[in-house]
Amino acid sequence: MNIGIVVFPGSNCDADTYHAVRDVLGHHGQYVWHEERSLAGLDAVILPGGFSYGDYLRAGAIATTSPAVRALKPYVAGGGLVLGICNGFQTLLEAGLLPGAMQPNLSGQFRCEFVHLRTERADTPFTCGLKPGDVLRIPIAHAEGRYLIGPAGRPALAAYRQVVFRYCSAHGDVTPAVNPNGSEDAIAGVASPSGAVLGLMPHPERASDELVGGTDGARIFSSLATWIATGRRVSMRPVEVH
Amino acid sequence: MPTVRVIVTLKPGVLDAPGQAIHKGLAALGHAGVRAVRAGRYFEIELDGTERLDDRVRDMCEGFLANTLIEQYRYDIV
Repeated sequence: MNIGIVVFPGSNCDADTYHAVRDVLGHHGQYVWHEERSLAGLDAVILPGGFSYGDYLRAGAIATTSPAVRALKPYVAGGGLVLGICNGFQTLLEAGLLPGAMQPNLSGQFRCEFVHLRTERADTPFTCGLKPGDVLRIPIAHAEGRYLIGPAGRPALAAYRQVVFRYCSAHGDVTPAVNPNGSEDAIAGVASPSGAVLGLMPHPERASDELVGGTDGARIFSSLATWIATGRRVSMRPVEVH
Repeated sequence: MPTVRVIVTLKPGVLDAPGQAIHKGLAALGHAGVRAVRAGRYFEIELDGTERLDDRVRDMCEGFLANTLIEQYRYDIV
C-alpha cells in the first residue's frame, strides 16, 4: 500500500509515523507537502500529530486552509481513506470532515502518558483487524483533547456508530477516573459514517515498536494494510442504526 | 476603508479553561473581588470597500475565525 503522510509547518510526528509505516511495518510511505493539491494514487492519507502552523487561531484551524487538506474532501468522495492523529484529528474536526470540536483538557494540563482504548467499532479500514471490546494501550500527548459533540450532534454520532474508540481501564471499563481529558462520553476516536475517515487523539505510531514500549498501535496500521490488500471498500451510503 | 473589530469568545456554558486559569492568576496576585474571567480572541481586519460588509464578515467569522460549535462572535466596524 502507498500511504501519504502530510507534512505541515509545525508537524512533529510525521517522521515517527513514516518510521512506523515504512520501517516497522514494511509498507510504502511517502511524505506529502502541505502545498500538494492532488492526493491521487495514495491508498490512504495520514495527518500526523504536531502543532500545525503553531496551532494559531485554534488547534488545526490554519491547516484546514492548506491545499492538501482542501484536497481531502474530493479525495474522500472518491473513496480515499484518511487517518488523523492528534493534531490531525483536530484538523479533521476543523475541516468539517468529522463532527465535533476540541477543547482544552479538563485538568488544564498537557497530558503525556499511556492510556487504554476500548474498540467500539471494528468494521472500519483502521480497525478491521480488531474486535469490538478489544483494549489497546497507546500513548496520548495533548493539551486540547477534550472532545465535544453537544446535544445537536449527538444523535447522528450514535445513529451512524461514529465512535470508534473510548478511553477505558486496562480491563475495558469506561469510567470518569480513566478519562484523561474530560472528553464527552469518554470519546477518544471518531469516524465518518462510512468509516473512511478516522480521527483519534492517541498516537498509534508511538506504540508500533517494542523498543518504545508497546505495539498495540501497529494493529491500527496493520488493519489498514489488510483492508487495502484485500481490496475492501467502504460503503458510500452508510446506514443508520437505532 | 473600514476596519472590522471581531471578538470571539466561548459560548456561555462551555468551560473556559484559560479564563479560569487567568482568574486564579488574578486571585494569586491579590486582586480581590474578581467574580469571573472569560478569555477570548480579538482581531482587527482591514477591508477594501464596504460592499456586502456584514455578509463578508459573517462568512469570515462562521467559516474560520470562530468555531461556532463552541464559540460565539461579535464585531463592530470603525
